[in-house]
Amino acid sequence: MPDRIEVLKTYKTFIGGKFPRSESDRTYAVTDLKGNLIANACRCTRKDVRDAVVSARSSFDGWLSRSAYNRGQIIYRIAEILEGRKNQFIAELEHAGFKTKNSVKEVETAIDRLIYYAGWTDKLSQVFGTVNPVASSHFNFSVPEPMGIVAIIAPDETPFLSLVSLVAPIIAGGNTCVILASEKNPLPAVSFAEVLHASDVPAGIVNLLTGYRDEMVDSLTSHMDVNAILNGLTDKKIMKLTDENASINIKRVYHYSAENWLDNIHESPYIIQQFLEIKTTWHPVSV
Amino acid sequence: MAEKTNETILSQNVGGSSKPTSPNSDAASEFTSLWNYSPAPESSDYITFSERYDHFINGKWMSPEKGRYMTTYNPATEEKLADFAEGTSADVDRAVQAAQKAYEKTWSKLTGRERSKYIFRLARMIQEKARELAIIESMDGGKPIRESRDVDVPLAAAHFFYYAGWADKLDYAFPGRKAQPLGVCGQIIPWNFPLLMLAWKIAPALATGNTVVLKPAETTPLTALKFAEICMAAGLPDGVVNIVTGAGQTGAAIVNHPDVNKIAFTGSTEVGKIIQKSLAGTGKKYTLELGGKGANIIFEDASVDQAVEGVINAIFFNQGHVCCAGSRLLVQEGISDRLITKLKSRMETLIVGDPLDKNTDIGAINSRTQYDRILNYLDIGKDEGAELYQASCSLPEKGYFCKPTLFTGVSQSNRIVQEEIFGPILTIQTFRTPEEAIEKANNSPYGLASGVWSDKGSKVFSIGQKVRSGVMWANTYNKFDPTSPFGGYKESGLGREGGLHGLYDYVNLKPD
Repeated sequence: MPDRIEVLKTYKTFIGGKFPRSESDRTYAVTDLKGNLIANACRCTRKDVRDAVVSARSSFDGWLSRSAYNRGQIIYRIAEILEGRKNQFIAELEHAGFKTKNSVKEVETAIDRLIYYAGWTDKLSQVFGTVNPVASSHFNFSVPEPMGIVAIIAPDETPFLSLVSLVAPIIAGGNTCVILASEKNPLPAVSFAEVLHASDVPAGIVNLLTGYRDEMVDSLTSHMDVNAILNGLTDKKIMKLTDENASINIKRVYHYSAENWLDNIHESPYIIQQFLEIKTTWHPVSV
Repeated sequence: MAEKTNETILSQNVGGSSKPTSPNSDAASEFTSLWNYSPAPESSDYITFSERYDHFINGKWMSPEKGRYMTTYNPATEEKLADFAEGTSADVDRAVQAAQKAYEKTWSKLTGRERSKYIFRLARMIQEKARELAIIESMDGGKPIRESRDVDVPLAAAHFFYYAGWADKLDYAFPGRKAQPLGVCGQIIPWNFPLLMLAWKIAPALATGNTVVLKPAETTPLTALKFAEICMAAGLPDGVVNIVTGAGQTGAAIVNHPDVNKIAFTGSTEVGKIIQKSLAGTGKKYTLELGGKGANIIFEDASVDQAVEGVINAIFFNQGHVCCAGSRLLVQEGISDRLITKLKSRMETLIVGDPLDKNTDIGAINSRTQYDRILNYLDIGKDEGAELYQASCSLPEKGYFCKPTLFTGVSQSNRIVQEEIFGPILTIQTFRTPEEAIEKANNSPYGLASGVWSDKGSKVFSIGQKVRSGVMWANTYNKFDPTSPFGGYKESGLGREGGLHGLYDYVNLKPD
């Protein structure tokens, strides 16, 4: 008999800054690499998808109106909180069966990647914006703006770092998002939601669902209020499905996968740029 | 809404509640009774085109494999202009093969500097042929010669000139990245700005090192075929630009061809969705420049006379066949009566008729199909209970012409407010607060362009930030320039054309 009975954690979803269970009241078993049960995660349905999109939409205007400086500080704050809980995430990855050395590297890279993107928020319009020398007598400039709500389909590999690598550029660009967490390894994602909750990230900016992709990808990517899709999977069937669903309302789709998420090549302003719209303003110049 | 006479408006202003912007700004403007313009037709005597056009493939004219031809008509006279080839998938395949060969053998072997010199040549030769191209554009598409001469053709040349200069400077466009061409670009363009859309498509594609298969619209193929002659005259290497004519089937063959690496489409949202769906799972790059329902927002503190001119230009430019047209007027309540009265008075001065007449403001509706579609929307508007007003001008007996039209008494959910009409039809709604204006402006699946009119700079910027559209014209409307990116939010499309941003969709970016 152990001296103390361990307190097991209930893994829930993250919608609108709260941690509800799935509307379906169903869960599914999450196992480690050897197939042993670690925990049960929520098995979300299309109703949870709808709730998450509503939450992402209602928080969009607020996130958009934050200054770029403020957004940068908020993302930096996520990294700060994460640094303090580093060991929790390493332990969680180890518990799922990943090697200690890799887990440490994965979590540290994720923290550094957040800081990288925190620094981009107030530089995007300088790098991707232009003042355009039109031939007529007008002042003309183009600035990037966020696209809106982005659906993120997270991969199973390097489950924590890949998630952070996909979410950070999306929110750095001023978008809000709904994430389908890794189906195999959703637990670090749910714990990451707790970090977001403890940081200064306003409710609804990041919404996270767990469950079977088959039961959610279709409804999320065909949702009329989703503006863009960031797909981290290489599954051909899912790529085609998301492309097709995108055409219902001209969603922008970006398939982005990585062989090694630890590589610094996977942090880039050009990922943010995929989820920015360019707005061009004209004004006459005259007295 | 009760009609107000000019006298009542004048007497309202005596109290000084709203200040006229010029001494005569509120004077009655009875232009029509005072001014009669004599006809001033642009001569089309020296314009020559063949009776029959083949495809332009691999630097040569090639007859269509199935031997079928279509006909293009002058929409102002309903007379036949020329026949042109109807492209089949076999024709498209020949064009794509030519483009691929040209990409591998010649175009990708050239330095950016040499590519740029070819593109500069094209720009210069369009300028040399400017008048001829303008006249053909007006004959084929029905747009007033004033617009094809002063807007379409000069801008088309300017686009080639602008992108020519990028060809050897791409290393400066994308910090930390190396730009690589995509290969063969399939491009499908609409009938509202035939040569200009060709320029928007071909210039950036060539500058970034790609080769092109382009399909002009089936009602306006002639300037594209004239452009093929220019490519030959400029000595552009064979197969770099290929022009295949035809209708939707031909376009579909381009979209579905496995060796096309990128699709650029300008046209309706309906077709854009079909294209996006058929590209699913192929990994091809694509840009879509689709429909719009632009909100043109006028605040009480705007200069009313300028705003009236802006509204006229926003909706009646090019017969309203403009994806970014300001087709939804949102006017603040306090000035709506005054503005609408002035607008109606200004509409009386618009000259509708012969596209080749230099005085013409509004030319012919591009085709029978589009004409019927517009008439249908007029019926829909009336059925929805909106109040219709049309200028009292007379229309030519032949050809497809539509009077400048506005609808008042419309609500946000009306079809004429929600759907793109693509004709000289304006809907007018009022609002009280800036928040209401933004709410109404954004209540649309589209997000291509919008306008805001106010003399208060802070208000202009605030509204400009909150309206979700790719172009925001502040105290102006329907202005275009090759350096200025253009493209939509939401269902108005994806990607940008023009400016530095227009380069992105024609390259793959590799880390340095």
